[in-house]
Amino acid sequence: MTDNLTPDQNSAILDRMLLIRRFEEMLIDLAGDHNFGHYHLYIGEEATGATVVESLTETDLLLTTWRNHGHLLARGGDPGRMVAEILGRVDGYNKGRGGTLHLTVRDVGFLSTSGLVGGAVGLAAGAGFALKQAGEDNICVVFFGDGAMEEGVVFEAMNLASLWSLPVLFVCENNNSGAISAQEGGFPSSEIAASRISDIPKSLNIKSELVDGADVVAVHAVIAEAVGGMRKGSGPAFIETYTERWPGSRPLWPTQATGVTQLAAAWDPSLITGVYADWIDEYDPLLRFIRNQLDTGLLSQDKLLERDAQICSQITKARAFGEASALPCPESALDGVFAA
Amino acid sequence: MPPDSQQTDRNLTLKDAVLEAMFEEMESDQNVILIGEDVGTAGGVFKQTKGLFKTFGADRVIDTPISESAIFGLAVGAAMAGSRPIIEVMFGDFLTLVMDQLVNQAAKVHYMSAGGFNVPLVLRTGIGVGGNLGPQHSQSLHGWLAHIPGLKVVMPSSASDAKGLFKAAVRDNNPVIFMEDRMTYNLKEQVPEDEHVIPLGSAEVKREGADVSIYAVTRSVHTALAAAEHLQVKNVSAEVVDLRTLAPLDVETIVASVQKTGRALVLDGGYQSFGITSEIAATIGELAFDYLDAPVMRLAAPDVPVPFSPALETMTVPNAEQVVAKVTEMYGGLG
Repeated sequence: MTDNLTPDQNSAILDRMLLIRRFEEMLIDLAGDHNFGHYHLYIGEEATGATVVESLTETDLLLTTWRNHGHLLARGGDPGRMVAEILGRVDGYNKGRGGTLHLTVRDVGFLSTSGLVGGAVGLAAGAGFALKQAGEDNICVVFFGDGAMEEGVVFEAMNLASLWSLPVLFVCENNNSGAISAQEGGFPSSEIAASRISDIPKSLNIKSELVDGADVVAVHAVIAEAVGGMRKGSGPAFIETYTERWPGSRPLWPTQATGVTQLAAAWDPSLITGVYADWIDEYDPLLRFIRNQLDTGLLSQDKLLERDAQICSQITKARAFGEASALPCPESALDGVFAA
Repeated sequence: MPPDSQQTDRNLTLKDAVLEAMFEEMESDQNVILIGEDVGTAGGVFKQTKGLFKTFGADRVIDTPISESAIFGLAVGAAMAGSRPIIEVMFGDFLTLVMDQLVNQAAKVHYMSAGGFNVPLVLRTGIGVGGNLGPQHSQSLHGWLAHIPGLKVVMPSSASDAKGLFKAAVRDNNPVIFMEDRMTYNLKEQVPEDEHVIPLGSAEVKREGADVSIYAVTRSVHTALAAAEHLQVKNVSAEVVDLRTLAPLDVETIVASVQKTGRALVLDGGYQSFGITSEIAATIGELAFDYLDAPVMRLAAPDVPVPFSPALETMTVPNAEQVVAKVTEMYGGLG
């Protein structure tokens, strides 16, 4: 299966995963210094976002939900401007009007980040509709969580996409809390009567797959196949990516539950400690992909650590850029309600 | 071809005037599409989209499932990606099903993205009491929509205005809600051909008067005009101001009228409580208090659901007699 990804692709995916991980870890620290409201981290789900974008072209469109940082970074959003937006600063992508919940980056084809559960899924059907009308082979990807499957508009949008054969890739990132977090009083997410989420789109004749969302190779295989078919006009596809929720996302507010990631844990099990050692050892998608890459000989420990140092430096600069950016002029709050 | 292009007198119903506007805008801009329940092959449940499917085909006149929320969401997403959709919501009451996509998404896209994206679409819907359709098919919820920053709200009273305002709505780069009272669908008048575009945000004085200003939209404009005739008999000269759009609101024309007359009555088919009559009355109070010879009065629908029975239904629509009575009250009685 690794044959499907070229060395360059593997390297690009790993870079994206590292960038996302280090960005999100930085945000936890940033939240200690600044009050930027409630936020959500993508740690534990990097393999999905970092891999999905590998199958996309520059002219494809994307929409996402509030757990969006990973998607935007994977697609090429500038981390500095993202930090600025998260802090409500003037250099933010949305000039501070959106914050973490509504970060959008037009430059990389991101139409919207919805703060409403399932809120972007209807829009995604529309973006797919416009792309189909334009007659090119572009597609629209919409990321949403398992909880969105409880919203009526998602069912309606899937029905429209199927009826009209719209090029919409529904990526349901199921980070449903497992038994561990339930024992700890963690928040459950999806409460669906269907045995499997991916059964629901199947009933609407949408091609649907369930995949381990922490496995880069497996994610790429299903996404590449689905996207390839969609570009040929096969209509929508639904991919449920299952991940074991990162312990830091189990409480209402993110916590640094597993510490700053030590990449050497991929080859040195003695570094895996603490109450969440099981998650780190078994479920951390970043360590899993590093092990995969080391095993294939495509990556060396030194090269990995060198790359990580470069990315950490990039994140430090991004944070500094965001923190140095000015707050917007208060009066600008009154501008731009309507388009010219 | 537009259904009435053969006619030489250009005397069109409001419904056909809007249809003609749709024909023209769809002809001149390939990105304009029409989406809704039964708008295609059936030509609309009120025949308000008759002929469009035949002319523009299934790619641009699109029949949908009964999924108001996702259909509207689809229109928003399509608009963000380059289309200019006209979406029909069969009854204004069904706006309740569209509210998340309308209020949380469409209205906020431009602002939230700091101008990164626009939502150029028109949501067209029929509102109002009449035809004994009962509590879930008779509501006038325009006040809700005009309350939301980011939405434009258009409410024509006549065929000519409807055409000109509709064309402006289609060309606008924002979400525009175009609400017609179903009781105005068959009102006829001369309608100009082709380039007849009325800018959104311009009220019009439909009848000049000297003694009292009556403000209204859509069907209520006709109620006001009828009342003005009755008042004339009592030697009261009423001016009737058709607001035409609630958002943007033409405050200048509103204020100029009452500065002239000194008295103001705001009339509406929507509910009085927290409705548009309150908003306009307050605006007049703030900006023209020194010109007022009497308190600003309101006349709007009573705060009850719209009942089915013909005997009951009429109680929920303000009528000309009530307008006359209100104005009379403002004069402390008119022997």
